[in-house]
Amino acid sequence: MNITLNNRSETFDEEGMSFEDLIKRKNFTFKMLVTKLNGKLVRKEDRIHSYIKEGDEVTVLHLISGG
Amino acid sequence: MNIKKIKELLKTKTVGIAGCGGLGSNSAVALARVGVGKLIIADFDLVDASNLNRQYYFHEQIGQQKVFALADNLYFVNPSVQVEPHDVKLGPDEILLLFRNCDLIIEAFDAAEAKQMIVETVLSGFPDKTLILGNGMAGWGKSNLLKTEKIDQNLYVCGDGISEISEDLPPLAPRVAIVANMQANLALQLLLNNFNNMEI
Repeated sequence: MNITLNNRSETFDEEGMSFEDLIKRKNFTFKMLVTKLNGKLVRKEDRIHSYIKEGDEVTVLHLISGG
Repeated sequence: MNIKKIKELLKTKTVGIAGCGGLGSNSAVALARVGVGKLIIADFDLVDASNLNRQYYFHEQIGQQKVFALADNLYFVNPSVQVEPHDVKLGPDEILLLFRNCDLIIEAFDAAEAKQMIVETVLSGFPDKTLILGNGMAGWGKSNLLKTEKIDQNLYVCGDGISEISEDLPPLAPRVAIVANMQANLALQLLLNNFNNMEI
């Protein structure tokens, strides 16, 4: 499938995957993430059953301490 | 737009600033200098000696509540700015209550957990309100890695996205103030352009 991840296009062999799987596949290891799917916020507890498919727009923002 | 027009327009605007540490105190000062009409500032902390290496406070203010010390400093900078200080620890309820009438919100927390909380609160509670995050500014040098990014319609991030604070990478005045001023600069651009599409 082809998706847009953080405003860039990305291709995966899988036809679809959960948001949780995407985070593992992309090795997003930061603890604090904000995740959005097609403009809608996906909370941490919902990532496991949020399904990403062809053409979706996905945002993963890592939050870092300091300020 | 000439300076008279800019001043007239900014006088009608309200900006919420969540946290009054390095990002919040420095961005508030910049926005007070240019004459944003009202600043709603919130923090629960006291000024500590260790804050003075980056935060807009003075030695004699050590021990004071940050919001009131900052309100004083903003008054000295520009007495025509209306400052609404809230000595409170911001959670989702307080954010939705205090910032509901703001034209935009500047995120100026320290901890990543708090940053995540405000992003989720604003995205779900205020889907039409613009939030400007500061993310990644510890250490020194590498000024050109600091950037402003539009994440989506109402969410922007300033910083390098990678430099997390640690024992060996403390937050220090130049980089923190650069990011705080990037946040203030973007706020200014959005307010003056009425949030219309523009290049950042």
